[in-house]
Formats: sequence, C-alpha cells, structure tokens
Amino acid sequence: MDSIIKKICAGDVRSASRLIRDIEDKIPEARAKIKRLYSHTGKSFIIGITGAPGAGKSTLTDALITELRKSNKTIGVLAVDPTSPFTGGAILGDRIRMQSHAEDRGVFVRSLATRGALGGLSQAAGDAIHIMEAMGKDIVIVETVGIGQQEIDIINHAHSVLVILVPGMGDEVQTMKAGLMEIADIFVINKANRAGAKQLQMELTSMLNLSSKSAEGWKPPVVMVGDAFKPETFTENIVKLSKKIEEHHIYLQQSGKLTERMHRKAMAEINDTLHACLLEPVIKSLAAGGELEKFAEKIKNRKADPYSVAEEIAQRFFKKENEK
Amino acid sequence: MPERKIRVMVAKPGLDGHDRGARVLARCFRDAGFEVVYTGCHQTPEQIAAAAIQEDVDLVGLSCLSGAHRILFPRVVELLREKDADDITVIGGGIIPEQDFTMLYDSGIKAIFTPGSSLDSIVEWIKKNINPTSAEFL
Repeated sequence: MDSIIKKICAGDVRSASRLIRDIEDKIPEARAKIKRLYSHTGKSFIIGITGAPGAGKSTLTDALITELRKSNKTIGVLAVDPTSPFTGGAILGDRIRMQSHAEDRGVFVRSLATRGALGGLSQAAGDAIHIMEAMGKDIVIVETVGIGQQEIDIINHAHSVLVILVPGMGDEVQTMKAGLMEIADIFVINKANRAGAKQLQMELTSMLNLSSKSAEGWKPPVVMVGDAFKPETFTENIVKLSKKIEEHHIYLQQSGKLTERMHRKAMAEINDTLHACLLEPVIKSLAAGGELEKFAEKIKNRKADPYSVAEEIAQRFFKKENEK
Repeated sequence: MPERKIRVMVAKPGLDGHDRGARVLARCFRDAGFEVVYTGCHQTPEQIAAAAIQEDVDLVGLSCLSGAHRILFPRVVELLREKDADDITVIGGGIIPEQDFTMLYDSGIKAIFTPGSSLDSIVEWIKKNINPTSAEFL
C-alpha cells in the first residue's frame, strides 16, 4: 500500500485534499489511487443537502455539524459552488458559514467547483466522497450547488436527501412538479419566520398526503427552521432536524432501502466511470487530431448529420477495441 | 500532463470588517480563471491556516486594514510551516506602511500589494509565481 493511501486511511487532511484535487484536475495517476482506496469506502452515512441559491444550505450544514459533533461523530463536508462558463473560475463561498469549525479536527470541509457539471455536483464529487469515507468520516455531508428543479445528481450519492425550501418561491403547483420535489427524504422550510412559510408548509403537506410514495413506509417530514439569528429557537429546530435524519437512517437500515440505494449508487458509478473511461478518451483523441473540429464543420455546413458522425466514430473505436 | 487549476484563498485575519477590497479581489481572481475560496471576515490565523490546508490552495491572499498585519501575517506563515504546508504561498495587502515591508518579507510573506496596486498586476504576479502544474503528488 503506498504512503498516500495509508495517510488518507489514517485521516490525513493534506493527502486527502490533494488527491481530491488530482481527481478534479484529472491527473491520470489519481485513478489508480482511488482503485486502491475503494475497499476502504462505503462505511459513512451520506447526507445530501440541496435547494435554491441562498436558501440556507451552508448555514444549515454549519448548524448540523455543530449538532452532530455533540455526539462526537467525525464529519466530512463537500460544498459545491458554480464554475464560470466563461473563465473557468469560481467563487467558493460556502465555507464562510462553516468557518467556526475550521479548527475542529473532527471536521473536514472541502469546497468543489462544478467545472461544467450540470447535475448540481461536480464530476469529482463521487470520488471526493470515497476519499472522505476512506478517511473514516462517520458522516459525509454533500452540499450541492444552488439548484432549480431538475439538478438531482445528489440522489445517486446520498443516503438521505434534504431539500431546503424557502417561502415565496411560487404557488401550490410548484410543489406538484417532478424532479426536485420528488427526491426529498426530508423537507426543510428554512427562513420559516418569513411570510408565506405556513402556506408553503400546508401545500407541501397536502402534496405529500397525495403522494403514492407514503405507502412505502417513509413519508418525508417537513421541518420548519426559523431565524438563524435567534439562537435558541434555531438550535431547537436543528435538533429536531437532526433527529429526523437519524430516524430516516434507521428506517433505511430496517426497511432494506439502504441496500436499494447503494445498488442505485453502484449503477450510477458504473455509468459515470464508463463515461470517463470510454467517451472521454475518444473525444480527447479526436480533439487532439483536429478531427473533432472537422466533424463539427461538416455538421455545421450540413455535409453530415450528428447521428452519422457519432456512428462512424463509434464503429471506428469499437473496431480498434476488437482488434486489440 | 493535464492543466492544473490554480486554487487561491482570500482571507481577512483579525478584527477587521472592511472586506470590500477582499471581495473585489476574489471576484477578479474568479475572472482570471482561478478557483477562489473566500472565508469572510474576522478569521484567526489558525482558522485561515486550517482552511488553506483543507482546501489545498496554492496561495493565500491576506487582507488587513486594521494595522495588525505585523502580528497576523507572519503567524499564518508560521502555522502553515508547523503543519508542513509551507509550499502554500502567502501574500498580503491592505494598509501596510512601507517600513513594515522588510519585516513581512523576512517572515515569509512573498508579496505585498498596497492601495493603488492594479488588479492586473496582482493576477500577473500570481500567474508568474504560482505553478500548480508542479503541485507535487504527495
């Protein structure tokens, strides 16, 4: 076992953060390290936190860390923020809300930029979770980028998904829509001291009462979280929320749903790695030879259609594979 | 070898709530294509050093307008050194009298930018002096 693997398994933050970076930067050697780490993963409980920009995901994450640390659980946090499509730069500002834990050795917060991923996470998020698991974190909290209705990659990674809503974002029909509103294991209405919170709670509850999902045994609770600037009631709400998360964890274990979710996760992992191992090298080699540009040119001038181009490329690469 | 993304942290140590400058810089670094971790105001050197390591940044930019830079800046460098992370470059800026420059350079601060420095000159300095391609495989 090489030293970085040993160090990560011993909880070393520097090595872990560097390997996450190698994965983000797609350093080829990093893949081999994940292969070696993999048998040490799969033991943490993974909580996903998602919702619109400014809904309070980071603030709630911070409060949850405080609560979970009371029982001495070690925590890894991955906080995702958006990458600029123009410059490739990013402001990673989720940490601002969590800096009170910076010196706590039981807490490791790592920010990730989306780098073009559109599902609310980054391509490196899956492996970053693996690395935190290998470090032995009891709980990994994954905070997605601020999302809208459909960026729900988090369900392929987290065991429990918290959807954070705030009042004033639309009418009842919004709660009936597919996508985000379906993935919550727990709903949080944050900023519940604001006008419209009760209304939203009512709409959510009636939506959930109609849902066929509730027949399966877990009806997503709706937790109201009020003013973060009023510490007493806020803490009380967070305690409630953390109890709901624990209840959901127990439910997952007892109902066998945990195995189901881990299966879903494995399927997603195959999908992602196939993409990385099959498609990316093909595109890269075509781009390097200038052929990608030529194909694009042909399609642009209507000399070819995208399906024929893709089929031609696929045939060529599969043939090569067969010859090997 | 794939291209390395430059990761920087902008931090405000000490009792200083004036972060307009730090925010302008964070934004400017974003537009230069860097990934910028911003940690907000009122940070202790300990918090800044710990965050820099957790985030695996190449560079920490400290901003201080309160006059406490002689204590706070060197302390960040020292803490990074203690944690075996002295490959992280530390630069500083803010209201810093020229007579303090030597003392700060001696303590390990690699560059100082005071009011009037152009944003371009700071970005240029970083691009010239930070080479994350060589970010060592641990």
